[in-house]
Amino acid sequence: MNIEINRPREPQPRPALAPWLGALRLPLLTLAGALALTTLALLSTGVSPLQAYRILIFGAFSSPSRFSDMIMLAAPLLLCATGLTLTFRSGLYNLGVEGQLALGAVAAMLPLRLLPDLPAPLLWMLCFACAAAGGACWALLAAGLRLFAGVSEIFAGLGLNFVASGLALYLVLGPWRRSGSASMSGTELLPRDLWLPTIGTLRLAPLAPILALAALAVVWWILRQTRWGLELRAVGLNAEAADRLGVPAQRRIGQAMAACGLLAGMAGAIQILGVFHQLIPNISSGIGLLGLLAALLVRADPRWVLPVSIVFASFTVGSVQLPLALGVDSSIAGVLQGALVLFALLARGVMSKPG
Amino acid sequence: MDQATIFAAAVLAAAAPLIFATMGETLTERAGVVNLSLDGTILMGAMIAFAVALKTQSVLLGFGAAALTGALIALVLCFLSLSLRQSQTAVGFVLALLCTELSSFLGAPFVRLPGPAVPFLPIPGLADLPLIGPLLFQHDLAIYTSFLLAPLAGWLLFQTRIGLTLRALGERPEAAYARGVPVTLVRYLVTVAGGALVGIAGAVYSLDLKQGWSYRHTFGAGWIALAIVIFGGWRPWRVALGCYLFAALEILALRMQSVLTGLPTQVFQVAPFALMIAVLVLVNLAGRRRVSRRIGGLPPGLRGPVQALVDRLVAPAPAALGQPFERP
Repeated sequence: MNIEINRPREPQPRPALAPWLGALRLPLLTLAGALALTTLALLSTGVSPLQAYRILIFGAFSSPSRFSDMIMLAAPLLLCATGLTLTFRSGLYNLGVEGQLALGAVAAMLPLRLLPDLPAPLLWMLCFACAAAGGACWALLAAGLRLFAGVSEIFAGLGLNFVASGLALYLVLGPWRRSGSASMSGTELLPRDLWLPTIGTLRLAPLAPILALAALAVVWWILRQTRWGLELRAVGLNAEAADRLGVPAQRRIGQAMAACGLLAGMAGAIQILGVFHQLIPNISSGIGLLGLLAALLVRADPRWVLPVSIVFASFTVGSVQLPLALGVDSSIAGVLQGALVLFALLARGVMSKPG
Repeated sequence: MDQATIFAAAVLAAAAPLIFATMGETLTERAGVVNLSLDGTILMGAMIAFAVALKTQSVLLGFGAAALTGALIALVLCFLSLSLRQSQTAVGFVLALLCTELSSFLGAPFVRLPGPAVPFLPIPGLADLPLIGPLLFQHDLAIYTSFLLAPLAGWLLFQTRIGLTLRALGERPEAAYARGVPVTLVRYLVTVAGGALVGIAGAVYSLDLKQGWSYRHTFGAGWIALAIVIFGGWRPWRVALGCYLFAALEILALRMQSVLTGLPTQVFQVAPFALMIAVLVLVNLAGRRRVSRRIGGLPPGLRGPVQALVDRLVAPAPAALGQPFERP
């Protein structure tokens, strides 16, 4: 009998979870934590969490017009998140993406105001080009502050966000104000034939999502297949080492920032031509910050940028119905989005902890 | 009371919340941890303080709740970044956004309600002194406390053993560890205490300076506070000076509004952020080698004072700031 007990134990492999469950542990933990926190917040206001979740998750799919809104939010969000995968890969926290979007929108207004008589398609191209240039310039300003003046891109970007929104506000209330009234609501609406063409009477302008998807495909290809992408990742892993191995780290950082600003600027053009049809003070609508959350959640992995952008956009669009339907504030969407990222960080930490 | 005294007294009051937030962050960063969640923490602190004070009709409980909230947020930051080794920047940023949204959501029922406030408390006798009286002694308890905070933080950091340990954690945590300091534990404690101060900063806004609660009540104050800590070179006295300078400029901008009527008020709201960038550029550039070479080329009479000025301007960050600590 004793023999059985004294025999040295064979190293038993730990009872492994089913492989699919193992792969799902991280997302499940993330989801469970985020839902727990959001549910707590909802319970504290006394509404039924289930009803709130139903609206939050399915609200964007409940009618064609809401679905269109979701797509028109997902498109600029996707552009920002895609651009951010580049800066994250190069090791930068480009918190200035919000301002880059706003400046893109402001720049998109220039051809519309200066050359309104051009044929629409040509004007749109000019708009997107100006917006891309505007966003890229704003990003390069932040990059320059970081590279030449040693100001962390976090503060440079954030400060420039506020400056950009101040600029948009100044234009709306000052030089570009609607004739007659100086209101905060925005500049004069664009003539209808300058709006991006939509499907039927819906607000969905197919050009926007097509552009965003194309940008994602290009960035994906660049990161995976090109030497530039490889160098960018090397800089992100260790800028000094990359520099010593002959990668011009500073230049790559600047280029990544400019590329991100370029995409964010185009998102600004979408906001002008496809969504608001005017310049409003809050033209970025927090899309840049949401893009940052999305990029953080997927750890700048281009494969997951699209689904997460769609999910985040549908939360935001769904939440718009909450105040009317249940009488709670729509910012619960932001709580859920933030909580998802927080618990993703937590889950990653727990999983990678040795032991 | 003449205009200048009124202005100066207003500046001293307006800087109070910034002092709370920056002193909390200065101590935290001195120990090597960056708490980037400031903006969200201040908003949460402001919202909770107002809600609790309104429900209980106790300003003191409001302040307590705000401190607790700030401490809790800092604890989350510590757990994720110090224990679970996630990037301090990422965690702090996410917390900043999450808390901003959470404050909007949970605070929605309290928007624009009248509520209790910190009572005005001129100090008898001292308040009647000429000049100094109206300047220093006609405020309330929160603002009096803010006067004491910088000297206290300075004393703690540079005159006590605790301060020495704390600074060692920010400069060379390995050395501190070798001497038997439980690095992670002390960082937890400092960060949580610092977070409590940041939470109180929120309460100073909602119960004192900008009484009440509304959507994004404190408009970016947390980011400004983070920048002021850099401007102040992680030295309490200079950080406090930075707070007073910023408050002065903010109030000046508000006064300018009535002179430059063509500009919308919101443009003045963003002015501090442009200034923040300019200041950070100045502080960073002054430390560059090229600048010291230029100074070397100045005429000898000028060289000394300019060098002294630059030396004052430049202050390096704690060496281990934001770095993860691996137990050897």
